[in-house]
Amino acid sequence: MNAGSTGARRTEGDWSIVIRPEQPWWRLDLKEFWRYRDLLVLLVRRDIVAQYKQTVLGPLWHVIQPLTTTFTFAFIFGKAAGLSPPDLPPVLFYMSGIVAWNYFAGVINRTSKTFVGNANLMSKVYFPRLVVPASMAVSSLVSYLIQLGTFLIIYGYYFFQGNDGWGPSPWLFALPALVALMALLGLGSGILVSSMTTKYRDLGFLVGFGVQMLMYASPVIMPLDRLSRIPWLLTLFKLNPMTPVIEATRAVFFGYPIDWGGLTYSAGVTVGVMLIGLMTFHRVERSFADIV
Amino acid sequence: MSTAHTVVEVRDLRKRYRLGVIGGATLGDELKVLLARLRGRPNPLVPLDGGMDAQREGEHFWALRGVSFDVQEGEILGIIGKNGAGKSTLLKLLSRITTPTEGTARMKGRVSSLLEVGTGFNPELTGRENIYLNGAVLGMDRSEIDRKLDEIIAFSGIKHHIDTPTKRYSSGMKVRLGFAVAAHLEPEIMIIDEVLAVGDAEFQRKCLGKMKDVAESGRTVLFVSHNMVSVKSLCDRVIWLKDGKVHMDGPTEEVVHTYLGSYTTMRSRVIWDEEAPGVPELKLREVRLDGLPADGVITTSDAFQVHVRFENLGFGEGEVVPAIHLLNGDDVVVMGSSVRDSLEPTTRFMVGTHEVCCTIPGDLLNVGEYRILVQFAHQGKVVLREAGTVAFEVHSTKRQGAWFGQRVGVVRPKLEWAVLG
Repeated sequence: MNAGSTGARRTEGDWSIVIRPEQPWWRLDLKEFWRYRDLLVLLVRRDIVAQYKQTVLGPLWHVIQPLTTTFTFAFIFGKAAGLSPPDLPPVLFYMSGIVAWNYFAGVINRTSKTFVGNANLMSKVYFPRLVVPASMAVSSLVSYLIQLGTFLIIYGYYFFQGNDGWGPSPWLFALPALVALMALLGLGSGILVSSMTTKYRDLGFLVGFGVQMLMYASPVIMPLDRLSRIPWLLTLFKLNPMTPVIEATRAVFFGYPIDWGGLTYSAGVTVGVMLIGLMTFHRVERSFADIV
Repeated sequence: MSTAHTVVEVRDLRKRYRLGVIGGATLGDELKVLLARLRGRPNPLVPLDGGMDAQREGEHFWALRGVSFDVQEGEILGIIGKNGAGKSTLLKLLSRITTPTEGTARMKGRVSSLLEVGTGFNPELTGRENIYLNGAVLGMDRSEIDRKLDEIIAFSGIKHHIDTPTKRYSSGMKVRLGFAVAAHLEPEIMIIDEVLAVGDAEFQRKCLGKMKDVAESGRTVLFVSHNMVSVKSLCDRVIWLKDGKVHMDGPTEEVVHTYLGSYTTMRSRVIWDEEAPGVPELKLREVRLDGLPADGVITTSDAFQVHVRFENLGFGEGEVVPAIHLLNGDDVVVMGSSVRDSLEPTTRFMVGTHEVCCTIPGDLLNVGEYRILVQFAHQGKVVLREAGTVAFEVHSTKRQGAWFGQRVGVVRPKLEWAVLG
């Protein structure tokens, strides 16, 4: 009937929403993502608030877990096995690594459940799906900041107790860049895994375990120079994109030289993982409702 | 805006689902499929039963097979059809929850879809916090929610509990809150799935009024429903989906009427010539419905008759007692009745052919599918029982006061009430 009028308006610009079978993955609609920023903020709030309702200690749990791990590691790996560097209090050495690792691991573990954990929401209403993992990366940041604050208090205490020549490097102000790198690496891996778990639930079980294994292949446990006698193990550690990040975190706190080459490698891996993650995420978000 | 102007344009929309196992459940399964494909063998994970469904094609199922339609600005379009006709798939595509296999759909303006009320409610958060969360999920921004907060709370009618976690709400309260948020969305196009079937009568009236307001303000509504009552009272135009295609598209009255009359579950007459059910002494010959409304659509207020014709070939001694059982869609026996209910005790059905008739009164059966089982007793023993006789469906097309939903109960008789003080 009105073929004439629709024919005249064949330009896509007139239609605000066009639904079609294929949408190239690189057409990531950042404008739309921005329009939903309030949703992101509210999801972050929901995560934080809902997590601590009906808990006695509330946010204190953020502090208890890393402290316990730190003392355990400092005792087993530091005192008993003698793996921590001699010029640094073991507690500081381990806590600096654990706090950074916790953030990365938290982001991966949580974002990897994006689809499976929000199936109900996503099968009922449309919104840019990427808002969900992004909100998780942000809400994990709260936990990170609390842990970082705790670390800084302990760090300050040891520093003013007198130190054997260690202290903050001028690069300390670049710490947010390291955090951003961890966030993106965690987010990229997380959305990649979450996209794959919609089809293969097996992967869901693997994530927690895999991340744990990855930690033992990082300098969280011991400084890299302890490995110089076992070159293949050293190579393995260096392949872990988190290795340079942990090293750099310690470098800025304790004034060690920064391994720029390593950081470049990490950044490269992050970009790669992020691109592959976005690609698979985009494929899955369009067909996800048919699978679950 | 006086001239009609297309705001939704759906062109040849198709959606294919894979049947049975979707992909491999595990990596191992996926490898099996890949191996089979490389060797040119059929997918080992697809179930082998070969259904002859029109929508089925090999290991795929076409939920939508080329749906096209336009919606003009301000129109309230109803979408009806049986389960599996493709209604929910169409809704999901237009809501952008999933994507079409082929075809396009284009829309102009802000679109909100309500496939459920209260989507994303978190039980730990308070009503107020959930208003913000739910509003944001549905596409409102913070300032918009801030502006409408008081109105939303007032509309929901749960002002006193607004700062209580929603896990302490009754399901009715959650629905009210969810609808209150949804009702304050201001999209140009609204896609709604039978949310009206919930809540009490007063709240339903409120919702309906709100939807009418939405429509009168020039917004466009796509309304998917099973409930012909609400479709009739809301929509200007109706699309009837059948087997994944648009079967009929036109004015509400016309489409709803044809739709209701088209049921294949209706079997108003069954006649047996040979192989009639029964025993050598007694054969059932015919069961039919009579006195049906002219259009063949039985509504809850209609009375009609069930006729049973049978032949007594050899029961000379003792009496033969015909009876019927009425079974509903869940195979629950709603009631049973025999000729003993009202015929003279002296009535005898001697050797020969007889026909009896039983009237089912109006205002007795509730909405739903029914079938009739015929049974004969001879000297107190059941000698014949036949379940494959007539079947019919009872519809509701009239509103019951302010109530839009179905009345509760297996039956819905109109009872006598009196005021005593």
